[in-house]
Amino acid sequence: MKKEEQKAKQTAKVKDKGQNDLKMKNQNASKNQKGKSKNVQGVKRKKEEVEEEEEDNSDESEDESDMEEDDSDVSDSGEVTGYTDHNKDWLKPAKSGEADSDNDDSEDDIPDDFSDDELSDDDSDEDDENSDDDDEDLLPVEKKAKKLEKKQARDKKLAEKELMTNITQTEKYTLPSGQEVEQETNQPPDITLVQNRIKEVMGVLADFKEKRTEGRSRQEYIGQLRKDLCTYYSYNDFLMEKLMQIFPLEIHEFLEANEVQRPVTIRTNTLKTRRRDLAQALINRGVNLDPIGKWSKVGLVVYDSQVPLGATPEYLAGHYMLQGGSSFLPVMALAPQENERILDMASAPGGKTTYIAALMKNTGTIFANDANKDRAKAIVGNIHRMGITNTVISNYDGRIYPTIMKGFDRVLLDAPCSGTGVIAKDVEVKINKDEKDIQRCSHLQRELILAAIDSCDAKSSTGAYIVYSTCSILVEENEAVINYALKKRNVKLVPTGLDFGREGFVKFEKHRFHQNMKLTKRFYPHTHNLDGFFVAKLKKFSNKVPVDPDKQGTTENVTEQQETAVVNQSSEDKGQSSEEISQKSPETKTMKKKQTNVKKDKQGKSKWMSTKGNKKQFKPGQFKKFKNTSKGKK
Amino acid sequence: MRPLTEEETKIFFEKLSKYIGENIKLLLDRPDGTYCFRLHKDRVFYVREEIMKLAGNIARKNLISMGTCFGKFTGSQKFKLHITALDFIAPYAKYKVWVKPSAEQQFVYGHHVMKSGLGRITENTPQYQGVIVYSMNDLPLGFGVAAKTTQECRRADPMAIVSFHQSDIGEYIRSEEKLV
Repeated sequence: MKKEEQKAKQTAKVKDKGQNDLKMKNQNASKNQKGKSKNVQGVKRKKEEVEEEEEDNSDESEDESDMEEDDSDVSDSGEVTGYTDHNKDWLKPAKSGEADSDNDDSEDDIPDDFSDDELSDDDSDEDDENSDDDDEDLLPVEKKAKKLEKKQARDKKLAEKELMTNITQTEKYTLPSGQEVEQETNQPPDITLVQNRIKEVMGVLADFKEKRTEGRSRQEYIGQLRKDLCTYYSYNDFLMEKLMQIFPLEIHEFLEANEVQRPVTIRTNTLKTRRRDLAQALINRGVNLDPIGKWSKVGLVVYDSQVPLGATPEYLAGHYMLQGGSSFLPVMALAPQENERILDMASAPGGKTTYIAALMKNTGTIFANDANKDRAKAIVGNIHRMGITNTVISNYDGRIYPTIMKGFDRVLLDAPCSGTGVIAKDVEVKINKDEKDIQRCSHLQRELILAAIDSCDAKSSTGAYIVYSTCSILVEENEAVINYALKKRNVKLVPTGLDFGREGFVKFEKHRFHQNMKLTKRFYPHTHNLDGFFVAKLKKFSNKVPVDPDKQGTTENVTEQQETAVVNQSSEDKGQSSEEISQKSPETKTMKKKQTNVKKDKQGKSKWMSTKGNKKQFKPGQFKKFKNTSKGKK
Repeated sequence: MRPLTEEETKIFFEKLSKYIGENIKLLLDRPDGTYCFRLHKDRVFYVREEIMKLAGNIARKNLISMGTCFGKFTGSQKFKLHITALDFIAPYAKYKVWVKPSAEQQFVYGHHVMKSGLGRITENTPQYQGVIVYSMNDLPLGFGVAAKTTQECRRADPMAIVSFHQSDIGEYIRSEEKLV
């Protein structure tokens, strides 16, 4: 049956050659009657008519172009029944309708776009045809198809060439002149222009030697790029400068990543459920999720959800915690063991604390501290919801914690920071951070890390580890702080135990940090799809505070405070500037400070003593007396 | 932070026994350590003894919470059980009410349990007995007081209240401020 049709069509094809459009139409109509699927062919007929109209416009008298059209028609009809040899290897007769319609489009395009070219190309095509005639077996259709293929290849080459010439034309990108820049500042920024310029300038900077304009320095290019990036992504100049220092090559990727939200992640509460059960329960509620990755056995990534994840019965029952993927990392680095005493110095809202408790299986003791009383309430909620019973929640300024309590096996300090790693979460950071803020953060972090180290007990049999983490990516808040701690206390850097992430900077701009700084880990939004994060793990090897640096330490504390007032000075010059600035007044200040410290200690002790005394008094009978005193205090 | 007085202990245990009966004993004699109840800022905390001793280091005004908060004494010296105690009273509960998935959300939003939302109820629940409310897949959702006996529930009309709402896990987000 098929073979008969084939023959009939072949003859039809031969006849088609050189015949005018009208006849062709008729023949097509007759073909269509033969065809199996009438609907598809009806559509095709319409298309053919359109083609033919266009053909009329271009050139009617040209036989070759008609044949060209003819060609496509024939192959079309061939597709429906699926019989030409050449088409066999990619056509499936069963799905003729779909394949057909797709093909129609592509074939429509080719003659339409290049109808003019065809005229000139055809001559050479004929030559090709002649050479192809050697293999006599080829059907005319196949020859046409081959011709078409060749033409396509040639066109592609031409287009590529054209593209290349376009590139060479714009290769030399010139920076806008001073006047242009001035003009621009008066007008609202043209975003597409800025975007183009960013691309161009980055292209130039990538191959500076070749592509630069003579007489313009690299600084000028970088300055322009920074300015444009600031306008395009709306950052302030200060932060952009810092970021460009950290990411000389991947700044664009980083900034782009900051425009996109990180995926929502949740952490299974292993005290109450297992990840598999939780995933099943959530899937039943219409949540689309996946395990977070190989590195965590409790994390799940949520792609989309039909219910609010913060209000499902599972959430309320404490089966999981909404928590950024990066928040897992410091706790994994801390690696808490059962029956230890652990301090979480800045713990609100309790995500990491609850993870620690889950890893400890509710044994031992956790002290969760936060300086902000309102935020500390969030810890209460989360801890009770997650069914954690080994935690004491306190509200102290972390800096004085060593005066309250010491002897922790492990200390986690997730320090307050500028939040430059979580710009996607809080876009305000882009504009409202300046040098002063960073210095203020950095200073507070230095004080906190010393307090954290002091609270830790070096003689602990299981630990004596301190983990420092921030959600900032700035070197001032990370490596510089760790470096400071290394100088001030008997601690050493140890591997974090996290097997991914970038190494911390050993040298950065003018800074030269401790060799082991490469043991710290950095995480970036564009490389790990986590929030920007920094994790460092320290081991305390002696409870003694180094004597010489300690003296300096107190003076430095004061000078640091002074330094924050001096905005222009960078935060790392303390070593030198401290000696310059520390003259009479700071010394007196330190004396005062020491005195107050002593006083505090005394108070703390006496308080402690008195509470202990009170405790002994607590016999049920004497209760009333105590109650009166407590009420009086209120 | 101090131990409860005799009077306070009486009031507190009376309340607790409404939900878990004599099982209070199990809370105090645990194989995994000595646990005790401590009063701090009118709140009753249930905490392991070692933790309690360590928490003694922290000044009264700086101590926010320790162990598990069971509830608080009101100004008129009544005891109010908080949702945070659910973890400890749910396993020992004597009388339970299960709500259908459709009524789950209603209860978690702070409404009473209607007859229409009632999935199951423990046999022979007396009226005004403290009950723990569960979802059908045995997730504790909160606790309340039986408004009707089991017998009466069978004949009640769909809109009748079966169990009065006292506390539910929705409070973790509805009133986070007031948990402790």
